[in-house]
Amino acid sequence: MGTANRAFVACLTLSIAMASHRALAQSPTYGVGRPATPEEIARIDIEVRPDGSGLPPGSGTAASGKAVYAARCVTCHGATGKEGPQDILVGGQGSLKTPKPLKTVGSYWPYATTVWDYVHRAMPFDHPGTLTTNDVYSVTAYVLFLNGIVGENDVVDQRTLPAVKMPNRDGFVGDPRPDIGVPPATSKKKPPREAPRPR
Amino acid sequence: MSESRSRRWFLGIGGAVTAAIAACTSKAPPAPPSGLGAGIRPYGSRSRFEKATRFFRPTTIPEEASSRTPLQETYGIITPSSLHFERHHGGVPEIDPATHTLTIHGLVDRPTVFTVDDLKRLPSVSRIHFLECSGNSGSEWRGAGESDVQRAHGLTSCSEWTGVRVALLLEECGAQKGAAWMLAEGADACHLERSIPMAKAMHDALVAYAQNGEALRPEQGYPLRLLLPGWEGNTNVKWLRRLKLMDRPAMTRWETSKYTDLMPDGSARQFTFDMDAKSLITRPSGGMRLPGPGVYELTGLAWSGRGTIARVDITTDGGFTWTSAELQVPVLPRAHTRFRWTWNWNGAAALIASRATDDTGYEQPALPALVGVRGTNSTYHNNAIQVWKVAADGTITNGNS
Repeated sequence: MGTANRAFVACLTLSIAMASHRALAQSPTYGVGRPATPEEIARIDIEVRPDGSGLPPGSGTAASGKAVYAARCVTCHGATGKEGPQDILVGGQGSLKTPKPLKTVGSYWPYATTVWDYVHRAMPFDHPGTLTTNDVYSVTAYVLFLNGIVGENDVVDQRTLPAVKMPNRDGFVGDPRPDIGVPPATSKKKPPREAPRPR
Repeated sequence: MSESRSRRWFLGIGGAVTAAIAACTSKAPPAPPSGLGAGIRPYGSRSRFEKATRFFRPTTIPEEASSRTPLQETYGIITPSSLHFERHHGGVPEIDPATHTLTIHGLVDRPTVFTVDDLKRLPSVSRIHFLECSGNSGSEWRGAGESDVQRAHGLTSCSEWTGVRVALLLEECGAQKGAAWMLAEGADACHLERSIPMAKAMHDALVAYAQNGEALRPEQGYPLRLLLPGWEGNTNVKWLRRLKLMDRPAMTRWETSKYTDLMPDGSARQFTFDMDAKSLITRPSGGMRLPGPGVYELTGLAWSGRGTIARVDITTDGGFTWTSAELQVPVLPRAHTRFRWTWNWNGAAALIASRATDDTGYEQPALPALVGVRGTNSTYHNNAIQVWKVAADGTITNGNS
């Protein structure tokens, strides 16, 4: 094959390669890894979002949560959620602008669904994953009840939990930095990064 | 004589060992080391004379705690993996890399499971980046808190990280148009998770499997961690098991009630990812003592989560006058940068400090100015200038006020 022919073949090969690249733009380039099955995704797809997506069927009340709390939470969080020694769960409402702010579920957490998510994924600290679904609903209800957010016999479930309005729901803003350190002369005004809001 | 010779022969080696044994069994001063040293060994460890360790206070729950890098005893810009700071929220899991997987799902065309070996087949990159906990320097909001640089500022470290670009993985899985956030979740006991904006994921995020030339240490996420250059430590999710593309953030505990910054008006800043420019004089520093007047190298570290360190200035008079320090090249973006300056101490009391400026023009603030903007209850993101107070007798203490 002459030089010209070789160049032509090379060009043709290249155009075919480019054409197929365009055609397969949405295809994997490397083909490494294997498809994830719906079952194996379901096993780890555990996050619960503010709109309630991810919450499983089940329910609980503060009344039913009291016993769960006493058995599984009291050692770290105290008899009424105010004693510690670990994170204080109850109280602190109205303290956030004082010199001694107390950040609790009642004073600080913006979403009730996050309480469910966190208890489900990470609590009790030394035995996460051992509470039943209804236990998680119940103990979530109990912590909300201790903070005066739900009633003792209010049923907390897939439908009612996302509707709970937390006292500090509107307490969060986006990141306005740099808020210091940039001389005014060179400061480029950029809009603060919005704290995204669930729809 | 002949008996002595035969005993040496029995021991199989020469005079050095005989001398060493003699030294052990008699009160005579030990002979200077001579002869053969130790043999080869499969995995190295430091000299027994070196004592630098991570610092932590005794705690009843070491699984939910942090340990701090001895910045005053590190050199150059790389932190030894064994001295890299730790922050765990549910303990360090023991994970078999043969069974660990990373699942990418959510708003993707092809939900995919990658084994660790799969990831190692893909094109890799290595980059040097610092990692700093957003709670670093939290003791200093109300003025001098801790006595030394390790206790006050040891939640920052710098490593060479090797892994696969997240952008490559997401393209491989066919990220969909509506994907705006990427949820990253760990395989640790608490399944720590953070929502990350897609722009960051596609820009420079890595799924790292190696650190400083070997596999990640368990404390750093073995076998896989997310690495988000320049962003607060907790977003660099360790023991990474899944990435889920979503249209909005998940509002996890860590991004709502934990790693948010409370302002004096009671509002809290959320998604405060970037670590702003910062620097520290690490030697000499709190807890040390200068033996007398004369020449001392002032050295330390500077870094910026928003770019590259452009300049470090040094003061020895509490901020009235500043002079530029020398930066050790290469100066890398979002990496610790070593600076040094030669100080001729006249023996009088002095306030020494460093101030970093990055290539965005951002200048590290003084503590009173930072507190003026954010108050003292924001807990995280304290990047104020650290002042060390040198007394006339050479003792050095925390001079923040």
